[in-house]
Amino acid sequence: MEINFTHHQTAHCENGVISNLMKHHGFEISEPMAFGIGSGLLFCYIPFLKVNHAPALTYRAMPGFIFKRFAKRVGIDIKREKFKNPEDAKARLDANLENDNPVGLQVGVYNLSYFPDEYRFHFNAHNLIVYGKEDNTYLISDPVMETVTTLTAKALERVRFAKGPFAPKGHMYYPIAFPESLDIEKAIVKGIKHTCRDMLAPMPVLGVKGMRHVAKLIRKWPKKHGVKKANHYLGQVVRMQEEIGTGGGGFRYIFAAFLQESSGVLNNQKLAELSKEMTIIGDLWRDFALDASRIYKNRSAKTDAYNNVASQLEVIADKEKVFFKSLKKAIK
Amino acid sequence: MKKDEVPQDTSNLETAKMKELCYAVDENGSYTTVNSSGWKPKTIALSQAIEEINERIEAARKRVLNNETSPIEYYMEYHKMDPSILASYVNMWSCQVKRNFKPSIFKRLPRKTLQKYADAFDISLEQLKDITKHGN
Repeated sequence: MEINFTHHQTAHCENGVISNLMKHHGFEISEPMAFGIGSGLLFCYIPFLKVNHAPALTYRAMPGFIFKRFAKRVGIDIKREKFKNPEDAKARLDANLENDNPVGLQVGVYNLSYFPDEYRFHFNAHNLIVYGKEDNTYLISDPVMETVTTLTAKALERVRFAKGPFAPKGHMYYPIAFPESLDIEKAIVKGIKHTCRDMLAPMPVLGVKGMRHVAKLIRKWPKKHGVKKANHYLGQVVRMQEEIGTGGGGFRYIFAAFLQESSGVLNNQKLAELSKEMTIIGDLWRDFALDASRIYKNRSAKTDAYNNVASQLEVIADKEKVFFKSLKKAIK
Repeated sequence: MKKDEVPQDTSNLETAKMKELCYAVDENGSYTTVNSSGWKPKTIALSQAIEEINERIEAARKRVLNNETSPIEYYMEYHKMDPSILASYVNMWSCQVKRNFKPSIFKRLPRKTLQKYADAFDISLEQLKDITKHGN
Protein backbone atom coordinates (compact mmCIF):
# COMPACT_ATOMS: atom_id res chain seq x y z
CA MET A 1 0.00 0.00 0.00
CA GLU A 2 1.21 3.49 -0.74
CA ILE A 3 -0.09 6.73 0.72
CA ASN A 4 -0.40 9.60 -1.73
CA PHE A 5 2.50 11.62 -0.34
CA THR A 6 4.68 14.30 -1.94
CA HIS A 7 8.37 14.32 -1.08
CA HIS A 8 10.17 17.66 -0.87
CA GLN A 9 13.90 17.73 -0.26
CA THR A 10 14.98 19.95 2.62
CA ALA A 11 18.33 20.85 4.13
CA HIS A 12 17.69 19.44 7.59
CA CYS A 13 15.87 16.25 8.54
CA GLU A 14 13.81 17.43 11.49
CA ASN A 15 12.54 20.61 9.80
CA GLY A 16 11.96 18.53 6.72
CA VAL A 17 9.76 16.01 8.48
CA ILE A 18 7.70 18.83 10.04
CA SER A 19 7.38 20.70 6.75
CA ASN A 20 6.55 17.60 4.69
CA LEU A 21 4.00 16.27 7.19
CA MET A 22 2.34 19.69 7.48
CA LYS A 23 2.15 20.00 3.69
CA HIS A 24 0.64 16.52 3.52
CA HIS A 25 -2.10 17.68 5.88
CA GLY A 26 -2.77 20.79 3.82
CA PHE A 27 -0.73 23.46 5.64
CA GLU A 28 1.94 25.26 3.61
CA ILE A 29 4.82 25.39 6.07
CA SER A 30 8.27 25.92 4.59
CA GLU A 31 11.41 24.43 6.07
CA PRO A 32 12.78 27.79 7.35
CA MET A 33 9.38 28.50 8.96
CA ALA A 34 9.44 25.17 10.82
CA PHE A 35 13.04 25.82 11.88
CA GLY A 36 12.43 29.38 13.06
CA ILE A 37 9.17 28.75 14.90
CA GLY A 38 10.76 25.73 16.58
CA SER A 39 13.74 27.91 17.62
CA GLY A 40 16.21 25.60 15.92
CA LEU A 41 19.15 27.99 15.81
CA LEU A 42 21.71 27.63 18.55
CA PHE A 43 25.34 27.42 19.43
CA CYS A 44 26.30 25.12 22.24
CA TYR A 45 29.54 23.56 23.33
CA ILE A 46 28.99 20.31 25.23
CA PRO A 47 31.95 19.98 27.59
CA PHE A 48 31.57 16.40 28.80
CA LEU A 49 30.55 14.74 25.57
CA LYS A 50 32.97 13.44 22.97
CA VAL A 51 31.84 12.56 19.47
CA ASN A 52 34.28 10.55 17.39
CA HIS A 53 36.96 11.22 19.98
CA ALA A 54 36.66 15.02 19.66
CA PRO A 55 34.74 17.63 21.68
CA ALA A 56 31.09 17.95 20.75
CA LEU A 57 29.41 21.15 19.78
CA THR A 58 26.17 21.88 18.06
CA TYR A 59 24.70 24.65 15.96
CA ARG A 60 21.08 23.71 16.55
CA ALA A 61 18.58 22.78 19.23
CA MET A 62 18.44 19.31 20.82
CA PRO A 63 16.96 16.61 18.57
CA GLY A 64 13.18 16.58 18.86
CA PHE A 65 12.93 20.04 20.40
CA ILE A 66 12.27 21.85 17.13
CA PHE A 67 9.18 19.74 16.40
CA LYS A 68 7.97 19.89 20.00
CA ARG A 69 8.17 23.69 20.13
CA PHE A 70 6.76 24.09 16.66
CA ALA A 71 3.72 21.95 17.51
CA LYS A 72 3.07 23.78 20.75
CA ARG A 73 3.40 27.22 19.19
CA VAL A 74 1.13 26.68 16.19
CA GLY A 75 -1.31 24.59 18.23
CA ILE A 76 -1.16 21.13 16.68
CA ASP A 77 -1.22 17.93 18.72
CA ILE A 78 1.48 15.36 18.17
CA LYS A 79 1.19 11.74 19.16
CA ARG A 80 4.49 10.17 20.15
CA GLU A 81 5.15 6.50 20.77
CA LYS A 82 8.24 4.66 21.93
CA PHE A 83 8.60 0.91 22.16
CA LYS A 84 10.50 -1.72 24.10
CA ASN A 85 9.74 -4.44 21.65
CA PRO A 86 10.53 -4.20 17.90
CA GLU A 87 7.46 -6.31 17.00
CA ASP A 88 5.11 -3.83 18.69
CA ALA A 89 6.90 -0.97 16.96
CA LYS A 90 6.40 -2.64 13.58
CA ALA A 91 2.73 -3.46 14.28
CA ARG A 92 1.95 0.15 15.25
CA LEU A 93 3.74 1.46 12.16
CA ASP A 94 1.82 -0.93 9.90
CA ALA A 95 -1.49 0.04 11.52
CA ASN A 96 -0.82 3.71 10.78
CA LEU A 97 0.08 2.99 7.19
CA GLU A 98 -3.17 0.97 6.85
CA ASN A 99 -4.97 4.10 8.02
CA ASP A 100 -3.34 6.20 5.30
CA ASN A 101 -1.32 8.07 7.92
CA PRO A 102 2.32 8.82 7.04
CA VAL A 103 4.45 8.92 10.21
CA GLY A 104 7.74 10.43 11.27
CA LEU A 105 10.40 8.12 12.72
CA GLN A 106 13.54 8.84 14.68
CA VAL A 107 16.36 6.59 13.47
CA GLY A 108 20.08 5.95 13.81
CA VAL A 109 22.26 6.82 10.84
CA TYR A 110 24.90 4.09 11.21
CA ASN A 111 22.87 1.37 9.50
CA LEU A 112 21.06 3.62 7.05
CA SER A 113 22.00 1.75 3.89
CA TYR A 114 21.21 4.51 1.39
CA PHE A 115 23.58 7.02 3.04
CA PRO A 116 27.16 7.30 1.73
CA ASP A 117 29.46 5.17 3.92
CA GLU A 118 31.49 8.19 5.00
CA TYR A 119 28.43 9.76 6.58
CA ARG A 120 27.41 6.74 8.60
CA PHE A 121 28.27 7.51 12.20
CA HIS A 122 26.52 6.50 15.42
CA PHE A 123 24.23 9.48 15.30
CA ASN A 124 20.76 8.54 16.52
CA ALA A 125 18.67 11.62 15.93
CA HIS A 126 17.98 11.42 12.24
CA ASN A 127 14.37 11.75 11.11
CA LEU A 128 12.47 10.35 8.15
CA ILE A 129 8.90 9.68 7.04
CA VAL A 130 7.40 6.29 6.16
CA TYR A 131 4.58 6.64 3.64
CA GLY A 132 3.86 3.09 2.55
CA LYS A 133 4.79 -0.56 2.42
CA GLU A 134 5.13 -3.00 -0.45
CA ASP A 135 5.59 -6.65 0.55
CA ASN A 136 8.36 -6.47 3.11
CA THR A 137 9.79 -3.14 2.01
CA TYR A 138 8.94 0.24 3.48
CA LEU A 139 8.62 3.35 1.33
CA ILE A 140 10.76 6.09 2.84
CA SER A 141 10.78 9.82 2.36
CA ASP A 142 14.06 11.00 3.88
CA PRO A 143 13.98 14.80 3.77
CA VAL A 144 17.71 15.21 3.08
CA MET A 145 17.58 12.93 0.02
CA GLU A 146 16.65 14.27 -3.40
CA THR A 147 14.10 11.54 -4.04
CA VAL A 148 12.17 8.91 -2.09
CA THR A 149 13.86 5.64 -1.18
CA THR A 150 13.11 2.28 0.49
CA LEU A 151 14.25 0.15 3.41
CA THR A 152 13.57 -3.54 4.07
CA ALA A 153 11.66 -4.40 7.25
CA LYS A 154 14.87 -5.75 8.78
CA ALA A 155 16.88 -2.65 7.89
CA LEU A 156 14.18 -0.39 9.25
CA GLU A 157 14.10 -2.31 12.53
CA ARG A 158 17.87 -1.95 12.86
CA VAL A 159 17.79 1.82 12.48
CA ARG A 160 14.72 2.25 14.70
CA PHE A 161 16.41 0.30 17.47
CA ALA A 162 19.91 1.71 17.14
CA LYS A 163 21.68 1.99 20.50
CA GLY A 164 23.91 4.60 22.11
CA PRO A 165 23.28 8.27 22.97
CA PHE A 166 19.74 9.42 21.99
CA ALA A 167 18.71 5.82 21.23
CA PRO A 168 15.44 6.16 19.30
CA LYS A 169 13.68 3.15 20.91
CA GLY A 170 11.41 2.91 17.89
CA HIS A 171 10.25 6.51 18.38
CA MET A 172 7.33 7.24 16.03
CA TYR A 173 5.37 10.50 15.85
CA TYR A 174 2.61 12.10 13.83
CA PRO A 175 0.15 15.00 14.14
CA ILE A 176 -3.33 13.98 15.31
CA ALA A 177 -5.23 17.26 15.67
CA PHE A 178 -5.03 20.61 13.91
CA PRO A 179 -6.62 23.94 14.78
CA GLU A 180 -8.84 25.47 12.09
CA SER A 181 -6.16 27.93 11.18
CA LEU A 182 -2.60 28.11 12.41
CA ASP A 183 -1.67 31.16 14.44
CA ILE A 184 1.57 31.71 12.55
CA GLU A 185 2.17 35.34 13.57
CA LYS A 186 2.21 34.64 17.29
CA ALA A 187 4.23 31.49 16.76
CA ILE A 188 6.91 33.40 14.83
CA VAL A 189 7.28 35.96 17.61
CA LYS A 190 7.56 33.23 20.24
CA GLY A 191 10.11 31.37 18.14
CA ILE A 192 12.27 34.44 17.64
CA LYS A 193 12.13 35.45 21.31
CA HIS A 194 13.24 32.01 22.40
CA THR A 195 16.17 32.00 19.95
CA CYS A 196 17.30 35.44 21.16
CA ARG A 197 17.13 34.22 24.74
CA ASP A 198 19.23 31.13 23.96
CA MET A 199 21.84 33.01 21.97
CA LEU A 200 22.25 35.75 24.59
CA ALA A 201 22.05 33.38 27.57
CA PRO A 202 24.40 34.15 30.46
CA MET A 203 25.80 30.62 30.33
CA PRO A 204 29.45 29.97 29.51
CA VAL A 205 28.81 27.25 26.92
CA LEU A 206 25.65 28.54 25.27
CA GLY A 207 25.05 31.00 22.45
CA VAL A 208 27.40 33.92 21.95
CA LYS A 209 29.27 33.12 25.17
CA GLY A 210 29.72 29.54 23.98
CA MET A 211 31.42 30.80 20.81
CA ARG A 212 33.85 32.88 22.86
CA HIS A 213 34.50 29.85 25.06
CA VAL A 214 35.30 27.66 22.03
CA ALA A 215 37.52 30.41 20.58
CA LYS A 216 39.54 30.34 23.80
CA LEU A 217 39.85 26.56 23.61
CA ILE A 218 40.97 26.73 19.96
CA ARG A 219 43.87 28.98 20.97
CA LYS A 220 45.01 26.36 23.46
CA TRP A 221 44.58 23.24 21.31
CA PRO A 222 47.91 23.14 19.43
CA LYS A 223 49.97 23.50 22.61
CA LYS A 224 47.82 21.30 24.76
CA HIS A 225 47.11 18.44 22.36
CA GLY A 226 49.76 18.58 19.62
CA VAL A 227 49.30 18.91 15.86
CA LYS A 228 47.34 15.80 15.15
CA LYS A 229 44.71 16.06 17.83
CA ALA A 230 44.31 19.82 17.44
CA ASN A 231 43.67 19.40 13.72
CA HIS A 232 41.23 16.59 14.38
CA TYR A 233 39.32 18.78 16.84
CA LEU A 234 39.23 21.71 14.43
CA GLY A 235 38.02 19.42 11.66
CA GLN A 236 35.16 18.34 13.87
CA VAL A 237 34.11 21.97 14.45
CA VAL A 238 33.87 22.44 10.69
CA ARG A 239 32.07 19.13 10.16
CA MET A 240 29.42 20.00 12.72
CA GLN A 241 28.97 23.41 11.11
CA GLU A 242 28.73 22.29 7.51
CA GLU A 243 27.37 18.74 7.88
CA ILE A 244 24.52 17.64 5.64
CA GLY A 245 21.41 19.23 7.03
CA THR A 246 22.76 22.60 8.04
CA GLY A 247 21.94 24.32 4.75
CA GLY A 248 25.44 25.82 5.03
CA GLY A 249 26.97 28.21 7.55
CA GLY A 250 25.82 26.31 10.63
CA PHE A 251 22.08 26.86 9.95
CA ARG A 252 22.60 30.63 9.68
CA TYR A 253 21.29 30.77 6.09
CA ILE A 254 18.13 28.84 6.96
CA PHE A 255 17.55 31.28 9.80
CA ALA A 256 18.06 34.22 7.43
CA ALA A 257 15.49 32.68 5.07
CA PHE A 258 13.10 32.37 8.02
CA LEU A 259 13.51 36.05 8.90
CA GLN A 260 12.89 37.05 5.31
CA GLU A 261 9.68 35.00 5.13
CA SER A 262 8.59 36.28 8.56
CA SER A 263 9.13 39.87 7.49
CA GLY A 264 6.41 39.31 4.87
CA VAL A 265 4.04 37.52 7.25
CA LEU A 266 4.38 40.09 10.05
CA ASN A 267 4.76 43.01 7.67
CA ASN A 268 7.91 44.00 9.51
CA GLN A 269 10.57 45.63 7.34
CA LYS A 270 13.15 45.46 10.12
CA LEU A 271 13.17 41.64 9.88
CA ALA A 272 14.03 41.83 6.17
CA GLU A 273 17.03 43.99 7.02
CA LEU A 274 18.08 41.62 9.77
CA SER A 275 17.77 38.74 7.33
CA LYS A 276 20.41 40.41 5.17
CA GLU A 277 22.56 40.90 8.24
CA MET A 278 22.27 37.20 9.10
CA THR A 279 23.28 36.24 5.56
CA ILE A 280 26.48 38.23 6.06
CA ILE A 281 27.09 36.45 9.37
CA GLY A 282 26.52 33.12 7.58
CA ASP A 283 29.22 34.13 5.09
CA LEU A 284 31.58 34.84 8.00
CA TRP A 285 30.96 31.32 9.32
CA ARG A 286 31.84 29.98 5.87
CA ASP A 287 35.07 32.02 5.84
CA PHE A 288 35.89 30.64 9.27
CA ALA A 289 35.39 27.07 7.97
CA LEU A 290 37.52 27.80 4.92
CA ASP A 291 40.43 29.16 6.98
CA ALA A 292 40.13 26.31 9.48
CA SER A 293 40.28 23.82 6.60
CA ARG A 294 43.54 25.37 5.41
CA ILE A 295 45.06 24.52 8.79
CA TYR A 296 44.06 20.87 8.88
CA LYS A 297 44.69 20.40 5.17
CA ASN A 298 48.32 21.36 5.60
CA ARG A 299 48.49 19.40 8.85
CA SER A 300 50.16 22.38 10.46
CA ALA A 301 49.71 23.55 14.01
CA LYS A 302 51.12 27.04 13.75
CA THR A 303 49.87 28.84 16.80
CA ASP A 304 49.37 31.92 14.61
CA ALA A 305 46.92 30.13 12.39
CA TYR A 306 44.97 28.83 15.37
CA ASN A 307 44.90 32.28 16.93
CA ASN A 308 43.69 33.65 13.64
CA VAL A 309 40.64 31.37 13.35
CA ALA A 310 39.91 31.88 17.05
CA SER A 311 39.84 35.63 16.45
CA GLN A 312 37.48 35.11 13.53
CA LEU A 313 35.15 33.20 15.82
CA GLU A 314 35.29 36.04 18.35
CA VAL A 315 34.37 38.54 15.64
CA ILE A 316 31.36 36.37 14.72
CA ALA A 317 30.39 36.19 18.41
CA ASP A 318 30.47 40.01 18.64
CA LYS A 319 28.37 40.34 15.50
CA GLU A 320 25.82 37.80 16.68
CA LYS A 321 25.54 39.51 20.02
CA VAL A 322 24.64 42.80 18.34
CA PHE A 323 22.41 40.94 15.91
CA PHE A 324 20.28 39.12 18.49
CA LYS A 325 19.94 42.24 20.60
CA SER A 326 18.47 44.15 17.66
CA LEU A 327 16.34 41.15 16.67
CA LYS A 328 14.85 41.14 20.15
CA LYS A 329 13.97 44.81 19.74
CA ALA A 330 12.57 44.32 16.24
CA ILE A 331 9.70 42.08 17.40
CA LYS A 332 8.70 44.04 20.48
CA MET B 1 25.82 33.25 0.22
CA LYS B 2 24.59 34.06 -3.29
CA LYS B 3 22.99 31.47 -5.51
CA ASP B 4 25.99 31.24 -7.82
CA GLU B 5 28.37 30.97 -4.86
CA VAL B 6 26.91 27.67 -3.67
CA PRO B 7 29.91 25.35 -3.91
CA GLN B 8 29.80 22.57 -6.49
CA ASP B 9 32.98 20.67 -5.60
CA THR B 10 33.28 16.93 -6.06
CA SER B 11 32.82 15.07 -2.79
CA ASN B 12 31.92 11.74 -1.21
CA LEU B 13 28.27 12.52 -1.90
CA GLU B 14 28.89 11.54 -5.50
CA THR B 15 29.24 7.85 -4.66
CA ALA B 16 25.65 7.83 -3.40
CA LYS B 17 24.41 10.02 -6.26
CA MET B 18 23.33 12.48 -3.65
CA LYS B 19 23.21 16.26 -3.54
CA GLU B 20 22.52 18.34 -0.49
CA LEU B 21 20.27 21.34 -0.25
CA CYS B 22 21.67 24.78 0.56
CA TYR B 23 19.97 28.10 1.18
CA ALA B 24 21.20 31.09 -0.82
CA VAL B 25 19.93 34.43 -2.12
CA ASP B 26 19.06 35.07 -5.78
CA GLU B 27 19.62 38.22 -7.90
CA ASN B 28 16.74 40.01 -6.14
CA GLY B 29 17.99 39.18 -2.68
CA SER B 30 15.23 36.59 -2.11
CA TYR B 31 16.08 33.30 -0.44
CA THR B 32 15.92 30.18 -2.53
CA THR B 33 17.35 26.66 -2.36
CA VAL B 34 20.15 25.27 -4.49
CA ASN B 35 21.53 21.75 -4.65
CA SER B 36 25.22 21.45 -3.88
CA SER B 37 27.48 18.56 -4.85
CA GLY B 38 29.80 19.33 -1.93
CA TRP B 39 32.31 21.77 -0.52
CA LYS B 40 36.03 21.12 -0.34
CA PRO B 41 36.76 22.33 3.24
CA LYS B 42 34.08 19.96 4.47
CA THR B 43 35.21 17.06 2.29
CA ILE B 44 38.75 17.38 3.64
CA ALA B 45 37.48 17.43 7.24
CA LEU B 46 35.39 14.35 6.57
CA SER B 47 38.11 12.37 4.79
CA GLN B 48 40.57 13.19 7.57
CA ALA B 49 38.09 11.92 10.12
CA ILE B 50 37.72 8.70 8.11
CA GLU B 51 41.51 8.41 7.82
CA GLU B 52 41.75 8.76 11.58
CA ILE B 53 39.24 5.95 12.07
CA ASN B 54 41.12 3.73 9.63
CA GLU B 55 44.31 4.32 11.59
CA ARG B 56 42.54 3.30 14.78
CA ILE B 57 41.23 0.13 13.12
CA GLU B 58 44.68 -0.77 11.81
CA ALA B 59 46.28 -0.14 15.20
CA ALA B 60 43.67 -2.31 16.91
CA ARG B 61 44.17 -5.07 14.31
CA LYS B 62 47.90 -5.17 14.99
CA ARG B 63 47.36 -5.27 18.72
CA VAL B 64 44.95 -8.18 18.38
CA LEU B 65 47.46 -10.12 16.29
CA ASN B 66 50.13 -9.40 18.95
CA ASN B 67 47.72 -10.68 21.58
CA GLU B 68 47.68 -7.29 23.35
CA THR B 69 43.93 -6.85 23.08
CA SER B 70 40.91 -8.96 22.20
CA PRO B 71 39.10 -8.98 18.84
CA ILE B 72 36.29 -7.03 20.51
CA GLU B 73 38.33 -3.85 20.40
CA TYR B 74 39.13 -4.36 16.72
CA TYR B 75 35.46 -4.87 15.78
CA MET B 76 34.46 -1.94 17.98
CA GLU B 77 36.82 0.38 16.10
CA TYR B 78 35.74 -1.14 12.78
CA HIS B 79 32.15 -0.18 13.54
CA LYS B 80 33.14 3.37 14.56
CA MET B 81 32.00 2.67 18.12
CA ASP B 82 33.47 3.53 21.49
CA PRO B 83 33.15 1.37 24.64
CA SER B 84 29.99 3.15 25.78
CA ILE B 85 28.16 2.73 22.47
CA LEU B 86 29.23 -0.92 22.27
CA ALA B 87 28.13 -1.42 25.87
CA SER B 88 24.62 -0.25 25.03
CA TYR B 89 24.42 -2.71 22.12
CA VAL B 90 25.40 -5.67 24.31
CA ASN B 91 23.55 -4.54 27.44
CA MET B 92 26.59 -4.24 29.66
CA TRP B 93 28.52 -1.51 31.44
CA SER B 94 31.34 0.08 29.50
CA CYS B 95 33.82 -0.98 32.18
CA GLN B 96 32.78 -4.59 31.55
CA VAL B 97 33.32 -4.09 27.83
CA LYS B 98 36.77 -2.62 28.47
CA ARG B 99 37.59 -5.58 30.70
CA ASN B 100 36.68 -7.91 27.84
CA PHE B 101 39.42 -6.30 25.77
CA LYS B 102 41.92 -8.29 27.84
CA PRO B 103 42.87 -11.41 25.83
CA SER B 104 43.03 -13.59 28.97
CA ILE B 105 39.50 -12.58 29.97
CA PHE B 106 38.17 -12.76 26.42
CA LYS B 107 39.28 -16.42 26.22
CA ARG B 108 37.18 -17.31 29.24
CA LEU B 109 34.00 -15.52 28.14
CA PRO B 110 30.90 -17.74 28.04
CA ARG B 111 29.34 -18.50 24.69
CA LYS B 112 26.30 -16.39 25.54
CA THR B 113 28.37 -13.24 26.01
CA LEU B 114 30.34 -13.90 22.86
CA GLN B 115 27.09 -14.31 20.95
CA LYS B 116 25.95 -10.88 22.17
CA TYR B 117 29.09 -9.32 20.73
CA ALA B 118 28.77 -11.29 17.50
CA ASP B 119 25.18 -10.07 17.10
CA ALA B 120 26.18 -6.47 17.78
CA PHE B 121 28.84 -6.68 15.06
CA ASP B 122 26.65 -8.77 12.74
CA ILE B 123 29.30 -11.51 12.41
CA SER B 124 29.66 -15.22 13.26
CA LEU B 125 31.28 -16.57 16.43
CA GLU B 126 34.23 -17.85 14.39
CA GLN B 127 34.79 -14.38 12.99
CA LEU B 128 34.56 -12.90 16.47
CA LYS B 129 37.26 -15.23 17.76
CA ASP B 130 39.54 -14.83 14.77
CA ILE B 131 39.75 -11.43 13.10
CA THR B 132 41.57 -12.84 10.08
CA LYS B 133 38.22 -14.37 9.10
CA HIS B 134 36.58 -10.95 9.00
CA GLY B 135 35.76 -10.54 5.32
CA ASN B 136 35.07 -6.78 5.40
